[in-house]
Amino acid sequence: MGRRVSLFVTCIVDELYPNVGVAMADVLERLGYEIDFPPAQTCCGQPAFNSGYRDEARTVARHFLNVFRDAECIVVPSGSCTSMITHHFQELFEKEPEWLELTRKVETRIWEFTKFLIEVAKVEDVGARLERVATFHDSCHALRTLGIKEGPRRLLSKVRGLELRELDPPEECCGFGGTFSVKMPEISGAMGRTKVDAIVRTGADLVIGLDASCLMQIQGSLSRAGHSISTMHIAEVLASR
Amino acid sequence: MPAFPLVQIEETLSNDYLQNAVYTSTGRLIVKRKDLVSGAVLPEYQELRDQANRIKRHTIENLDYYLEQLESKVVERGGKVLWCRDGGEVVDFLVKLAAEKNTNLIVKSKSMVTEEFGMNERLAQHGLEPVETDLGEFIIQLAHEKPYHIVLPALHMTRYQVADLFTEKLGVEREEVIEKQTKIARAVLRQKFLHAGIGITGANFLVAESGAAVMATNEGNGRFTSTAPKVHVVIAGIEKLVPRAKDLATFLKLLARSATGQPLTVYTSFLSGPRRPNEIDGPEEFYLVLLDNGRTKLLADREKRQSLYCIRCGSCLNHCPVYRKIGGHNYPWVYSGPIGSIITPQYQGVMQSPWLPFASSLCGACAEVCPVKIEIPKLLLLLRSEVNKAKEKEHKNWLEHLIFRGWAWLMRHPKLFELGGMMGSAVLTAPESGGLIRNVLPFFRVGPLKAWIKERDLPPLPEKSFRQLWRERERTEKH
Repeated sequence: MGRRVSLFVTCIVDELYPNVGVAMADVLERLGYEIDFPPAQTCCGQPAFNSGYRDEARTVARHFLNVFRDAECIVVPSGSCTSMITHHFQELFEKEPEWLELTRKVETRIWEFTKFLIEVAKVEDVGARLERVATFHDSCHALRTLGIKEGPRRLLSKVRGLELRELDPPEECCGFGGTFSVKMPEISGAMGRTKVDAIVRTGADLVIGLDASCLMQIQGSLSRAGHSISTMHIAEVLASR
Repeated sequence: MPAFPLVQIEETLSNDYLQNAVYTSTGRLIVKRKDLVSGAVLPEYQELRDQANRIKRHTIENLDYYLEQLESKVVERGGKVLWCRDGGEVVDFLVKLAAEKNTNLIVKSKSMVTEEFGMNERLAQHGLEPVETDLGEFIIQLAHEKPYHIVLPALHMTRYQVADLFTEKLGVEREEVIEKQTKIARAVLRQKFLHAGIGITGANFLVAESGAAVMATNEGNGRFTSTAPKVHVVIAGIEKLVPRAKDLATFLKLLARSATGQPLTVYTSFLSGPRRPNEIDGPEEFYLVLLDNGRTKLLADREKRQSLYCIRCGSCLNHCPVYRKIGGHNYPWVYSGPIGSIITPQYQGVMQSPWLPFASSLCGACAEVCPVKIEIPKLLLLLRSEVNKAKEKEHKNWLEHLIFRGWAWLMRHPKLFELGGMMGSAVLTAPESGGLIRNVLPFFRVGPLKAWIKERDLPPLPEKSFRQLWRERERTEKH
């Protein structure tokens, strides 16, 4: 594999959390990668897919595949968007052989950011430093669909000055769930409050996660509950010096 | 089309006692299960799940063959088999049977399938007295409620509530100690067991090769129900089949672990046919009622028929963050939690409760713990698109669909996507934005934004998008 990586920053990072994309690019550049950002990229289609609009999801998925059809290696700061592409595009294109073939080609080249660091770049220590007491939130699609559990912890364990405290109970959803968060805000919000309680119990003043979407829910719930605990995407942590 | 039960759900969410009861009892089951399926205790756990999935798939794909095999084996052992299309046919049969046997007292062990058609209430309308003998179900029956949970029907009730209930309904002195409450129930039920003419049980599994109904229970009431009365009736859905007795080696290892975090249930009973000439106990007559009640409709759907693999362990409920918030009574039918969200729309039609498949964050915890590996999130997603299509046919939901169409169009036009983002951010992050946000934003507090703000704060908006920052960075690097 070449030293060139294409970033798919996801629509939420592009519009709401641009610093996450910048941090990811910084980390990868420091590791010697040449970064490519295809400007025609937008979204993976997941909002429509999860809301039951498959035609609309397909439209957006085709656009994604067109933009990234020749990329050698695609890195994404999200477990959820990655899993949409690697686990649901095939379902969308079951009856469209050409797009299915392109999906199969692209999905072998796409990596969630931390999985890329561990499995492709084969690095654990990226030279980061951050003096904080933090807890880590396993985002559901990264954890259950992509099987990402130990990788981020190994990366974080090498961050100088960072103390990591595990959540108890572990592996519980933050309640975001895409359009679920606004279709059923009462349930989503209640799940967010349970997450907040677990975070507060750790005594950490920082929550680290792999997905900007979960972090938006967690940050919004923390701040609504009057806590000053902050959130950071793992790319921002790994880019800290 | 019953709407999303928001008022009831908000009531549940604001009931601190109930929230705590559901969260802690399911949490306890999560921990117990986790220990018992861990690599140290059950290294073959994942293999067992694969095996269970394969066996169920094979059985469901060949259901006609195994059902006929089962029928012939039951008959061979002196039992009778009844095929019922729906609950009404079951009720008719039982009413006739009770008249024939000249009894109106029926004891019953726990069975979700009989809840599907409100059997107890319907039998009572015919002057019969069906008595639940599982302690949790006994309590629920006294309270005239439906089960709160597939496995733990009275999960939501405290011993203090049970004390009140027993005093009110049984006329006993108030008793708050659980062991003593159990004794009260036991004394009442003992008399019912001894005088009932018919005993009705469910079945966790039906073994095609031997004709046995297999029942996994903890309280002993199932054994009593199936042996004391002269007539034993097993009522089971047609999907309960497994081909061979040895398949149970797989399923029994999974069932109790997934359900209650036990290696095995206290009792595992194999019930096949009436008492034989040389046996000293057992019923004189044995009936097996095989109920469809919509199952063949599920069977017809190639993609979603895996819903029939379910062994009703309730593990998906325990692990579901939505069930753990809204509890069991806000679901529209007897099956709650993730499994309820996928089978209810299939049994009742998606438009009966169109919100149900959407009541999930798609976290996938259900599928991770399902002992037969039903792809619950995948089925929820399929049902969501079915709901949208059904709504479209009724000319509903056009606004949301229009929004998604517009959104998909925008996503194919990156320049316009960027422009939209820039305009939004210019408005909201302008120097005077403090005033703007305060004065203008309230007008935009509709739809998703309003829903978000109801429960959470908004993230601070960046001045520039990533693509803007990236362009600037590339420009500086070139210089």
